[in-house]
Amino acid sequence: MDEKTLIARRVALELRAGNLVNLGIGLPTMVAAHLPAGVDVFFQSENGIVGMAPVPEPGAENEDLSDAGGSPIGAVPGAASFDSAMSFGLIRGGHLDVTVLGGLQVDEEGRLANWMVPGKMVPGMGGAMDLVSGAKRVIVAMQHSAKGTPKIVKRCELPLTSVRRVDLIVTDLAVIEPTDKGLVLRETAPGVTVADVLAQTGAELIVPADVPVMPIG
Amino acid sequence: MSKVRKLEETVAMIPDGAVLMIGGFMGVGTPPRLIEELLRQGKRDLTVIANDTARPTVGIGRLVSAKAVRKVIASHIGTNSETQRQMIAGETMVELVPQGTLAERVRAGGFGLGGVLTPTGVGTVVEDGKPRIELDGTVYLLEKALKADFALIAAKRADYLGNLEYALTARNFNPLMAMAAGTVIVEAEDIVPVGVIPPDSVVTPNVLVDCLVAKEHRHG
Repeated sequence: MDEKTLIARRVALELRAGNLVNLGIGLPTMVAAHLPAGVDVFFQSENGIVGMAPVPEPGAENEDLSDAGGSPIGAVPGAASFDSAMSFGLIRGGHLDVTVLGGLQVDEEGRLANWMVPGKMVPGMGGAMDLVSGAKRVIVAMQHSAKGTPKIVKRCELPLTSVRRVDLIVTDLAVIEPTDKGLVLRETAPGVTVADVLAQTGAELIVPADVPVMPIG
Repeated sequence: MSKVRKLEETVAMIPDGAVLMIGGFMGVGTPPRLIEELLRQGKRDLTVIANDTARPTVGIGRLVSAKAVRKVIASHIGTNSETQRQMIAGETMVELVPQGTLAERVRAGGFGLGGVLTPTGVGTVVEDGKPRIELDGTVYLLEKALKADFALIAAKRADYLGNLEYALTARNFNPLMAMAAGTVIVEAEDIVPVGVIPPDSVVTPNVLVDCLVAKEHRHG
């Protein structure tokens, strides 16, 4: 299993039947393909739909139906479409159960930076700031480090997406939960030791006596 | 009375330097003929309020690539390297706004409100220069309403009076923008007789629409 699939499968275990879920572009999108059996959720896309699904078959694309990246999607029976104010009302108004986003940095206070690298990359925040501010649960899905540089840091140097503390960080090495007391190491990936995680983390980690391995077969 | 107008005359009403709201999300729900005609007429110094600038050869991105735009107010320009280049080179002003905040600023403009209070952006660079207001223990930013001279709207179906229906995710910012501009120009995929669209299906009521242009159809 490659690292991204591992992350996607572990994040998918956090979703519950009936949840309304928003998946960010890129790695988080992979989560949809790894839902455990029996867990049916509704996926929201912030351009205005609840109930997005893959294009059912090649040739069945519809030019009026796309995801937030502009790629063609399908829709499940029971889907609903609406304008951008409604879409962000769902997000900001506390109606979205889970958002899964990528990350550039997360710090000891559980604050996420994921929308710009000053002087290098200025894509804009899109819906990320509203998603992190408004979702009931925020899960960051990302590689633990970028070319050897830790992405979990003492304090974010990159511009913050929100000051709200995220709820869970899932990486290729570990599951980490930001809490009042700091970042708690909850699980390690198969074949990864606590020492491995600590060595690639730029922030203080609280390590409980028992750190189980991710429940991924 | 029918609001269907000739494309050329309709777009000719838009002067250089106008403030435009343009519907669409990565080009989906952006009116293609109106964009094409803006380019053909060589408009300049436009301010464009839109979710994004799509890609350099798609939708609003085509206006940016043609240097027709002086300022962009958008939530996302990451898929358009030309917008980013022009911003970094100082050729085009770009104001980045969180997407939900952009939707609400446009909505406020159309609904007669001065602005909205949102928790989005508190404690980030988005807060810079904005009033922070605490209400019942929660901190909000005061975000001002947006209005435009013209709204360029893409609809799925219009009747001759200008009642509008939208399709799926091509709806996005269109109904909000149709409320927030002095003159509303609609490009509809189909224009049907009055009465064909049932009142309950109308999303944008005809009183908001000034001009209708049909999307190009190939006959025969």
